[in-house]
Amino acid sequence: MSHGIVWKYGDNVNTDVIFPGRYTYQMMAPEEMAQHALEDLDPEFARKVKPGDVIVAGRNFGSGSSREQAAACLKAAGVQAVVAKSFARIYFRNAINIGLPVLQSPDAVERLQAGDPVDVDLVRGEIRSTRGTFPFSPLPESVLGIIAAGGLIEYTKAKLTVDESEEKKE
Amino acid sequence: MGKTLTEKVLGRKAGRDVRAGDVVSVSPDYVLSHDNSAAIIQEFRKLGVKRVKAPGKIVIVLDHIVPAANEKYAQNHKTIREFVAEQGIPNFFDINVGICHQVLPEQGFARPGLVIVGSDSHTPSYGALGAFAAGIGRTETACTWATDEIWLRVPETMRIDLSGRFRPGVFAKDLSLKLIGDHGAEMANYKAVEFAGPAAGDLSVGSRLTLANMSAEMGAKNGYFAPDAKALQWLEGRARGPFEMVASDPDARYDTVLACDLDALEPQVAAPHAVDNVKPVAAVAGKPVNQILIGTCTNGRLEDLEAAAAILKGRRAHPSVRVLVIPASWEVYREALRSGALATLVEAGCVILNSGCGPCLGGHEGLMAAGEVCLSTSNRNFRGRMGHRDSEIYLASPATAAASAVTGRITDPRGF
Repeated sequence: MSHGIVWKYGDNVNTDVIFPGRYTYQMMAPEEMAQHALEDLDPEFARKVKPGDVIVAGRNFGSGSSREQAAACLKAAGVQAVVAKSFARIYFRNAINIGLPVLQSPDAVERLQAGDPVDVDLVRGEIRSTRGTFPFSPLPESVLGIIAAGGLIEYTKAKLTVDESEEKKE
Repeated sequence: MGKTLTEKVLGRKAGRDVRAGDVVSVSPDYVLSHDNSAAIIQEFRKLGVKRVKAPGKIVIVLDHIVPAANEKYAQNHKTIREFVAEQGIPNFFDINVGICHQVLPEQGFARPGLVIVGSDSHTPSYGALGAFAAGIGRTETACTWATDEIWLRVPETMRIDLSGRFRPGVFAKDLSLKLIGDHGAEMANYKAVEFAGPAAGDLSVGSRLTLANMSAEMGAKNGYFAPDAKALQWLEGRARGPFEMVASDPDARYDTVLACDLDALEPQVAAPHAVDNVKPVAAVAGKPVNQILIGTCTNGRLEDLEAAAAILKGRRAHPSVRVLVIPASWEVYREALRSGALATLVEAGCVILNSGCGPCLGGHEGLMAAGEVCLSTSNRNFRGRMGHRDSEIYLASPATAAASAVTGRITDPRGF
């Protein structure tokens, strides 16, 4: 599993600062989205982030717009997971649908500091760091199928294929 | 134990008895998208199916960048128009109809008891007419186009009991800001918000739309009013199909109950850069502004333009301020032409723009330079949302916006 460092932010990190509206209605490749990640919150982030890094933030991460690029740009930037005290609801759905792990662990948020080496074990449900190992709330069962398939597009594709073959049987 | 409106609506759709916390898979009545349909089409193409499953349920409204501000946006619009023709999607509204959250209520899509999902965070607006309406993302919208199905967790409900009456100069927007300021931008995260109490029925459909719209800023999944005679009056001649009058049972279970006395409310302003950074207007009065925006899905309806016109009648906007006015739809635009509100605003020096989202989300039409300040009737004041990251946005009612247009500084509208 890749190993990264913590990027730490506060409460209510909203979708506008994660991925500004001025780019939202331009069609962009993932690599280009990654260049604008967190642009209005931390202009250094996009240049310095490394694959495997983890974003750690407070309450209501991803509040605001339904723009999916706010999740996609972090995934494209190589972010391994976002750990927060809580997530805004559309952001949570979007992240799962595109395959960006979003983990709730208030303890980890309290303890982890910017720059800490960190790793996330999705299978065991643990965030590991030099400051300790923190369990996170398991994802709801209803969405595990989507994660297992690698995102909602793959999940739906598989489902559509099954539906089609059943129709043929009839 | 009784049920909430949301439990009833989602239960009926799921074909079983459901409670808050259950996860249901439902076939929505409508699936909304707007300019982001271009991105949704791209996702849809990855699914390997040729046709959308239920073209009649798809509603596409071009509103975010209308007309197209550059070649990229023009290409998006072109892609969407071609897809609409290819798939035979009957409910398509081009650049001269309005903002989706005004168009769906006006065109009779938003109806009591329906399930509407939309790839826009302010989709909860349709709860103003008693629908269950929630925002979703692009990938999810594409998959719903293909499957005619979506999973939803039945939310717990927060009830807000409203009593009293708005004092002059105080509006639904002030109420929404006060609630968010007092209880935080996460006050209803994952929940349904029911606006109830003796004063709820007094509110116009326009004001209900403002509150249901702003429930998104409370973090809510959906926000609603129980449909009543006022809702029925609105639906008369508009409803495109059947609907079911539905309300929460008296013994329904609520997660939280809050109360708010409208008599005690005064005009509110959300200061940069968070929607819950709310203060009474007096606390920020005198702050110079460079731009004022009156419009958007939150406050661009006839009652909003008339509230602004009432203050600007016979007055001029201050020379140091640019005042942008955007009717929420062409229906509003035409009504405001007939009522004289637009003439008053033009005489006062306001710039009238095409119905659409305008600069609200930083797309076009009035973006701000570093150091500039905007007072807006929209719903978000996040850093950089309307232009440079060092510009500032204050949120307020149309009356506060109009009073501030006269003085060039944030101003209490009760003095007018």
